Order: sequence, then structure tokens, then C-alpha cells
Amino acid sequence: MTPGFADPVADSQACFRTILDVMARPGHVRSVSGITAPAPLCDAAAAVLLTLLDHETPLWLDPEAEAARPWIAFHTGAPHGASFAMALSLPDLTRFPAGTDEMPETSATIIVQVASLTAGRAYRLEGPGLRQPAVVRIAGLPDDFASIWQRNHALFPRGIDLILCAGNTLTALPRSVSVTKA
Amino acid sequence: MDAPRSARQRWMSVLARADTGVLRRLLNQRAPLPAYTVLRGPEGGLAMVRGRAGGGGAAFNLGEMTVTRCSVSTEAGFVGHAYIQGRDTARAELAALADALMQDPLQAESIEKHVIAPLEHQQALKRAERAGKAAATKVQFFTMRTMRT
Repeated sequence: MTPGFADPVADSQACFRTILDVMARPGHVRSVSGITAPAPLCDAAAAVLLTLLDHETPLWLDPEAEAARPWIAFHTGAPHGASFAMALSLPDLTRFPAGTDEMPETSATIIVQVASLTAGRAYRLEGPGLRQPAVVRIAGLPDDFASIWQRNHALFPRGIDLILCAGNTLTALPRSVSVTKA
Repeated sequence: MDAPRSARQRWMSVLARADTGVLRRLLNQRAPLPAYTVLRGPEGGLAMVRGRAGGGGAAFNLGEMTVTRCSVSTEAGFVGHAYIQGRDTARAELAALADALMQDPLQAESIEKHVIAPLEHQQALKRAERAGKAAATKVQFFTMRTMRT
């Protein structure tokens, strides 16, 4: 067992602000600090979990990440469910709640650990928060990610929000953003 | 890794009631404090204390009490927890450390002998003294029933 944030209050507030920023500006890559993640999670994913989860936010944990379960349970107390999901590779998005037209906020937010946010396949992002289309490079998503994402984007206002983490960096793809291969 | 529940409950409750100064002295007297990592806290919070009037009354919220908790991990990998009444963070940290050491088979016997047993003895004496003082003030109500028997 390892500790969570070095400075629980300041670090989780800083991480929350970072998550807000990347959600508001899809594709922008930011970094987090103050944490040493338990294997197999990366630092950014661990920081997001500690920031967003508590005993009232059900979490689905990738079976591949089972080794991190005691750490997550100790620091957050999150029950089983799927308000949030932590995955080491992109899961089937249709298996998660996408919300309803009346209550779109009941959809799942999925935290996906990827290989890199600076190298890899290029994607073109368009939508709210982006004055001009942005290009983001992501390594570790499936080859047909753009079409998977377009199906999710088409559900708007329903749909899944993604937080992508690699090392100590993170970026977000909210359901409102449109993704095409660049 | 988990010790049987009742045994652990016993030493955790003894540690939670211990006086900070005495606990620190007893732990240091045995051997220098081992290195450990603080996993969480020590941090303060509130716990709702619930009560029940009589045997059949419905539960009600009596009030909130201050609680301080701490969790530490020793180098041997044992995780100790402490939840204590009040705001004494140093006591919570020492109690969590002692709980971790009690789970370590190499340390448990020595901690039990030098820390837990003396504390428990002292607490029992204190409780007996209080009970004795209270018993001396007890008023016997001679009701019809007690007078007959």
C-alpha cells in the first residue's frame, strides 16, 4: 500500500482544476503532480481517480487493473458500479450508461490509460471549446477509434465522456467533441 | 495478514484509549521507532453517535463527536489503522503504528508485552477506580419489592 496525494487538499484541488480545463478545451494536454500511482495505473489516472471518486461514486475497474483495487478502495471507498470507469484499454463504450435525454448527466465518465498523448495517430477535434479544429496525437487507442467515437458523439446530449491519461499527462474528449482521422 | 478480528479489536481499543505521552514512552522504551510511511492523515473529522432509549426505543442521533484517524504502513508491509476520539493527531499516528507492529509476527509479542499489556492494566485500574467511586455514591431505593425479599 502506498500513500495518495502528497498534499491531499491542494493536490486534489489542482487536479480537479486540470480536469475542468481539459474538459473545457478538448485535446489540450496538461500534467498533474503530487502522486505516485500503484501498478498498473499511471500517475495521471491515479490522480483523477483520487480527485473524482468517493464513497458515492460507483467505479467499474478494468479486470486488468485488479492489482490497484485495494489502493483505490482504501483511498476513495468507491462502490462497484459505473458512474466512472477505469480502463487500461478502450472498453466497448456501448456497455456503459450513456444517460437519458432527460438526464444526460447520468452517463459514465471513462478514464482510459493510453501509451502516449504526444506521439501516435493524429486525430482532428472539432466542437465546443475549440475555436479552430485541433490536432491531437494519441498512441494506444484502437484503429477504428474515430468511427467508434462518432457513434458516441452522435448520441449527444447523451454519450460517454473520456479522460485519456498517459504517464503524468491527461487530456479529455467530452461527448460534445467530434473526432476524425487527421 | 489480518489477525483474528476480536484480538485486533482488543488491542486497537486499548491503543485508542491510551494517553499520548504514555504511549510514546512505552513505544520508545522498547526500541527505537521503526521507519514507516503515513498512508492517510492524521486527519480530523466528525462521527455521528447514535443512541437508543431503553431496549425497544428507536435509534436517534445523539450528536457528533470529533474523531481523528490515521493509517500507516511499516517497511515490512503491514498496514495499521487508528480511529481515536478527539483531535490528538500525534496519538492517532502512534496508535496506527502500534497497530501495524501488532500485525507483524516478529514484533507482536514484544509490543504486546511492553505496550499493550501495561496500557490495558493501567486502563483497567482507572476504570475500577471510577467504578468504585461511582458505586460509593449509589443510592439504594427500598421499594416494596426489595423490602419484602
